Amino acid sequence: MNDDHHVILRVVSKMLIPVIVMFAFYTQFHGDFGPGGGFQAGIIFAVGVILYALVFGVPSAMRAVPPVFTRALAAIGVLLYSGVGYWALLQGGNFLEYQALFQEPPGKHKGQHIGILLIELGVLFAVAGAMLTIFYAFAGRVAEIRDKDW
Amino acid sequence: MTGVLEGDIGMALVNILLLAVLFVVAIAIARLRSLFAIVMLSGIYSLVSATWYVVVDAVDVAFTEAAVGAGMSTIVLLGAMLLTSRTAKPDKKFARLGPLLVVVATGVMLIYATVDLPALGDPNSPVNTGVGMQYVQINWADTGIPNVVTSVLGSYRGFDTLGETAVVFLAGLSVALLLGFGERSLAESIRRGDKVHGRGKAAPSQAKPEEDAS
Repeated sequence: MNDDHHVILRVVSKMLIPVIVMFAFYTQFHGDFGPGGGFQAGIIFAVGVILYALVFGVPSAMRAVPPVFTRALAAIGVLLYSGVGYWALLQGGNFLEYQALFQEPPGKHKGQHIGILLIELGVLFAVAGAMLTIFYAFAGRVAEIRDKDW
Repeated sequence: MTGVLEGDIGMALVNILLLAVLFVVAIAIARLRSLFAIVMLSGIYSLVSATWYVVVDAVDVAFTEAAVGAGMSTIVLLGAMLLTSRTAKPDKKFARLGPLLVVVATGVMLIYATVDLPALGDPNSPVNTGVGMQYVQINWADTGIPNVVTSVLGSYRGFDTLGETAVVFLAGLSVALLLGFGERSLAESIRRGDKVHGRGKAAPSQAKPEEDAS
């Protein structure tokens, strides 16, 4: 019955984790208008999963968000970012020149919006994936974090 | 320096208070030996500096500091601490002399340099008269994105941000290469408690007693 004194922690974090992840996506998609962006959103998303791991144990977090998924996510993020650069190259512009994505004249901003949205998504994926990979690498070495270890 | 006395007294008090808290926390970190307390205090240090960044209107930096410094790096340090011992070995008195000299010399130089600092938000300071103001002026026509920080980060300095993303990815990759992916604990827990897994989600918390008894 060692777990009984964590019941408040578990209930509260169960309510908080969805809010944390929602806030991460708010930070992500509101970055054009206020403070925030892919880096912060990626960290906040990772922290949501890490909170789950701290409260419910690393193995159950690994079942929810498998390590193979996090490291693939990190690679996909960098790929997405540089993919936008190559997309601009293929459209005849310079690397990462968003104005060239839809071959717009100066003054039209669709390419800028889409380009920044995509690269911020790439940053989100890369940061969230890399941070979770780092966390799993550290936390996965301790078989189980018991209360007396703190 | 347009008159220290004309400035907002309340703002100055908030600044002094926050910096005093930072100072006390830094001294405490230097004096303590318990690694757990040090890690927690470094998280507090980051959180207080994030608050201070908000006071000086650097909201994006504050956001990043709160997320990365107070959240992520505290957790990574905790994870690293669990792999080693819980207390730091005390240094020899003699060995502390060199670092102390370096710190005092750097501090004196920094305090000397503050005399020449422009006032906070001074539009005529070198930072604001150069390329920074230009970005603010041409940003809307160029990109149509209201937040200058985002457009500089994503559009004007897209290469830099690509490099930073690659650095983050490489950091994750190299930690994983050095320490492994951490899947051993997952495999172990599946092998140990296979029936736990089959019983559904609520089960893992009840299935622990046999290992806690040891």
